[in-house]
Amino acid sequence: MPETSRDLQLTADGELRHFLAIEGLDQALLTRILDTADSFIEVGERTIKKVPLLRGRTVVNLFFEPSTRTRSTFELAAKRLSADVLNLDIGTSATSKGESLSDTLLNLRAMASDMFVMRHSQSGAPHFVAQSVTPDVAIINAGDGRHEHPTQAMLDMLTIRQHMKTFRGLRVAIVGDVQHSRVARSQIRALNTLGVDEVRLIAPDTLLPHEPEALGARVFHRMEEGLRNVDVIIMLRLQHERMEGALLPSESEFYRMYGLTREKLAYANPGALVMHPGPINRGVEIESAVADGPQSVILGQVTNGIAVRMAVMSMSMGGQLNERQSATGEGVAST
Amino acid sequence: MQDIEQLLDRMTDDLREHINARGLSSLCPVGIRTGGVWVAQALRERLGIQAECGELDITFYRDDFSRIGLHPRVSPSRLPFETEGQHLLLVDDVIMSGRTIRAAMNELFDYGRPESITLAALVDLGRRELPIQPDVTGTHETLGPRQRIKLRGPESLELAVEEVPDA
Repeated sequence: MPETSRDLQLTADGELRHFLAIEGLDQALLTRILDTADSFIEVGERTIKKVPLLRGRTVVNLFFEPSTRTRSTFELAAKRLSADVLNLDIGTSATSKGESLSDTLLNLRAMASDMFVMRHSQSGAPHFVAQSVTPDVAIINAGDGRHEHPTQAMLDMLTIRQHMKTFRGLRVAIVGDVQHSRVARSQIRALNTLGVDEVRLIAPDTLLPHEPEALGARVFHRMEEGLRNVDVIIMLRLQHERMEGALLPSESEFYRMYGLTREKLAYANPGALVMHPGPINRGVEIESAVADGPQSVILGQVTNGIAVRMAVMSMSMGGQLNERQSATGEGVAST
Repeated sequence: MQDIEQLLDRMTDDLREHINARGLSSLCPVGIRTGGVWVAQALRERLGIQAECGELDITFYRDDFSRIGLHPRVSPSRLPFETEGQHLLLVDDVIMSGRTIRAAMNELFDYGRPESITLAALVDLGRRELPIQPDVTGTHETLGPRQRIKLRGPESLELAVEEVPDA
């Protein structure tokens, strides 16, 4: 019988041991991730921005899909936890020589790796690895296909909590290419789990998944309606590289309809937060004056990304070690 | 258990003596969460120290991470002054193995290089596992194998010995 997301991600004590998806994690655990990340933000402000939690551990960044920003924040997060980091762009190495994914990972585990940070174009690839290939290596999902990108969603949640203090009563609009966005899927789940009032999706039908309501969101096709009374606006990047066929008439047409300009921003609540996972396409999804304006928290999201990744890495590693420990049967604390 | 006000008064006298003997100027207090912060605040008031009280959460520096994982409750450390070149007064409620103090000193050095660290503990339970000794101690106690001591606060501080249930 296949394990559920929850079983796969948690130890018998309910501690994180892999971080694969927001799905299956409850409000208490998501809140603990945010609280832990808050403490790591303080670490980033010190003279020496390092803590010894993962000292002597090896973290392998396994990117089967190119990414600069996500990979570098994961790398920095691992280094701030004092881990040794190996960066592998698998797309161009072993697999092109015919080695299977399983064989590549088993080889890496044999090098005494403790954690894989994994990005893959196939939805569910990190789950497969956590379940069947190397369950004793902590797996962190850095984005899988169109499925989830849970660390990005959590850094967005941290950003929202910093500015709004609570999730209760908030209306959040996610704008743009929801259909191709794994970030949006993770965000919708996280927002609903953390108890916002309403999640809205604003996009043309061609950029929405088949049953958007099933995700727990209300759909709008026009910015003028969708942004009304909204407290947080999350803009998605237009995924050129994922666009198959003609889903849009043109970029300029998209900008006219769904681009976040100062005029459209005025429909939202005063002081509504403007967020974007980056990299931003100025003049395609968002006007420069908005991206750089007083309501934009886009750069704060980057700082939060490091702290959130430190949190899930240290919590997952802790869960893994805990499990290894209970397998050998010892472990007591002392003052 | 002895009256806590008396213990704090005695520690204050001993600290004054220590400060004078060593010629320490402008000591900055740092308490270890949670009980250590309360004791540090009490000592700060009695000594008439100007500097605000720093608060350390040593979760990220504990040496038992590889055995029991990350502690579920962690809050940010807060040092409201420059530690570089500063004389620090590190305070905890209870000292036993010495591991907490080692972790706290490691953390302090990540903020900068203090000129000196003076260590004060309200209760010393002995049974040290590391070569770390407080400069000033409120009282020495010996506990039974199933006993644990706890400082209650922060309104009025109170020491209580609790029985630990069988594991």
